[in-house]
Amino acid sequence: MASLIAGGVDCDVHPAVPHLTSLLPYLNDYWRDQVTTRGMVDLVSQSYPKNSPIMVRPDWRPETGKPGESLADMQRHVLEPFQLSCAICNPLYGVQMVFSEDMQAAFCRALNDWLVKEWLDRDSRLRGSIVIPTQSVEKAVAEIERCAADRRFVQVLMLVMGDTPLGKRALWPIYEAAERLDLPVGIHAGSAYHNPPTAVGWGSYHIEDYVGQAQAFQTQLTSLIVEGVFAKYPRLKMVMLESGVSWISPYLWRLHKFWRGVRMETPWVDRAPLEIVRSNIRFSLQPFDAPPEPETLIRLFEHMQSDELVLFSTDYPHWQFDGQDALPEGLTPDLVRKIMIDNPHATYPRLT
Amino acid sequence: MNIQFRESQEAASPLTVKTAIADCDIHPARATRTELYPYLAKRWQHHLEVYGVHAYQGMMEGPPYPKAQPNASRRDAWPPEGGPQGSSLSFMQQQLLDPNNVQLGVLNPLNTGQGIRNHELSAALCSAINDWQIDKWTSKDKRLKASIVVGNEDGLSAAAEIRERAGDRNFVQVLLLSRNVEPLGQRRYWPIYQAAEEAGLPVGVHAFGFGGNPITPSGWPSYYIEEMVGHSQCQQSALASLVLEGVFERFPKLKMVMIEAGFGWAPSLAWRLDKVWQRLRSEVPHVRRPPSEYIREQVWWTTQPMEDPERREDLFDVIKWIGWDRLLFATDYPHWDYDEPSRVLPAGVSEANREAFYLGNAKKLYGID
Repeated sequence: MASLIAGGVDCDVHPAVPHLTSLLPYLNDYWRDQVTTRGMVDLVSQSYPKNSPIMVRPDWRPETGKPGESLADMQRHVLEPFQLSCAICNPLYGVQMVFSEDMQAAFCRALNDWLVKEWLDRDSRLRGSIVIPTQSVEKAVAEIERCAADRRFVQVLMLVMGDTPLGKRALWPIYEAAERLDLPVGIHAGSAYHNPPTAVGWGSYHIEDYVGQAQAFQTQLTSLIVEGVFAKYPRLKMVMLESGVSWISPYLWRLHKFWRGVRMETPWVDRAPLEIVRSNIRFSLQPFDAPPEPETLIRLFEHMQSDELVLFSTDYPHWQFDGQDALPEGLTPDLVRKIMIDNPHATYPRLT
Repeated sequence: MNIQFRESQEAASPLTVKTAIADCDIHPARATRTELYPYLAKRWQHHLEVYGVHAYQGMMEGPPYPKAQPNASRRDAWPPEGGPQGSSLSFMQQQLLDPNNVQLGVLNPLNTGQGIRNHELSAALCSAINDWQIDKWTSKDKRLKASIVVGNEDGLSAAAEIRERAGDRNFVQVLLLSRNVEPLGQRRYWPIYQAAEEAGLPVGVHAFGFGGNPITPSGWPSYYIEEMVGHSQCQQSALASLVLEGVFERFPKLKMVMIEAGFGWAPSLAWRLDKVWQRLRSEVPHVRRPPSEYIREQVWWTTQPMEDPERREDLFDVIKWIGWDRLLFATDYPHWDYDEPSRVLPAGVSEANREAFYLGNAKKLYGID
């Protein structure tokens, strides 16, 4: 394995909300009453069944509680052994599945406040992502603006599968706010399950949904690029989190070919998709989805024709690798430094 | 593609132009709206006149995502005698088969009877299309071979159609589309695979389809290009479903061909499947081997539209990871994103690989001497 270096940035760790009742202190009287009176249960998404092997590495599985709910564990499992300077917390809690925009907004606000109090205030290495109520663009923008006052929030977080393709114009005020406030938009694996989790319908299995995340990222990149998000917001960075990485180049070769063929349909796309990705899109390292042979890996990086696309991540506590082997084999020391330190800092202005 | 922004760097060598090829994705069209009526019972002719077809989406044809060109076809493919592109055998011979020395041409009729809600009508239309392929095409030009089109949403009637055509050498494969009511590995489709395996026929899965699901797992996108690019994601999900439902395990002699959805995604998908399967195999105990093994042994890919990297040699890495023995050359005639045979492979490919790519793999897969 390539050698890790100290001072890296882990761009994808997942602190867990122990239970919906953990958010009660961060809800106002009305919503606290709604949660209790209506007997609301914990917002656990089927994306990550608690006992699924990919949900948590065997040696990271806590004796009680949800994987990722203990700060001490996160410190012991990743912050210290990987000698991280920072880790970006991306809470995956089922707030996106709620259909009422008011309720979603209340839960997102509570989740963001919970993150500050329970995590960011307790370890200075931690940074946060702003979870937004995408059912209402207006409320999402308000939540971004509210949280952005705290510089420890370094990105906006959305799920890869929601109600509409992410490039749709109705969502653009979110991107405008993110660009204005120096916040990249992180798109994380996961679904609100408001649409079938594959483009060909509902599969049978958890494993199928997980494999399908990569295809969801591909369709979303197409949407973001061809709708013109980066022509309108050229400084906006987007980070594909837990997307898989090895599909990027062949996907872009296809998109590029069709763009050349039918660019008259979307004339506002002012640069080639390949260039847009190189300047505006980044990908978290884990899971990489490649065989262990270094020669294959080296070719995959060469196909990208850029050493700036990939950002270090452990995807803690998910089981993507064992021991300290977060970096795939075959990376040069220069590339390790780019992935672990330079690229994250170039992507997230608020880290420095 | 027939819209060229950049001339090919290397001149086509005379050798590649003259070498015999297989074209594994040709789309024959009907010259007139009623051309299938002689093959349809009066009842269905009447039904079509009064009710039309009833689909899982608002329209089965272009306008929700208007194509780049009429009928998504090359501008030079209108037959001189009239009718839509791809509807004239003599013009197809003159424009495609003769100049490219096509020795084997596999017909994949689209807009047939697949993906419509009335399953009886679907079966009747598919059967009619199959008769029509023989009468209009394969009986008149021995280079052409037909695909058994089946009413895909009703597995039992589809299997019956396959059994009826089994052994008829006009047909070399069963044809499905990638976008169906459910992912293709689901049990409702298993009778199709069983019948195809028994008949010794590969099952081709062509991009497109009309199952009613949005073409992204996050809802309906805005543009034709998103539908075009999205076919590769549909195909990936369909293939993942086939693997994870255990279709290849249950039907070990089944061969499947992924048609017109690219192939560059195949290695990455297989690696992802393998990795996740190592973690989650207890959920799918019927998948006994690493997914990449089923894919390597039982899946083929047609080439068009070839992924188009800036450095074309990058594509050779991908082909090497898939296997030179698994690619089947296709033009997609008469569609606009046609791949020109003399231009898809640059110099530097060994003669054996070139021959396999253009002809040998297809002849072997489809059992053509």
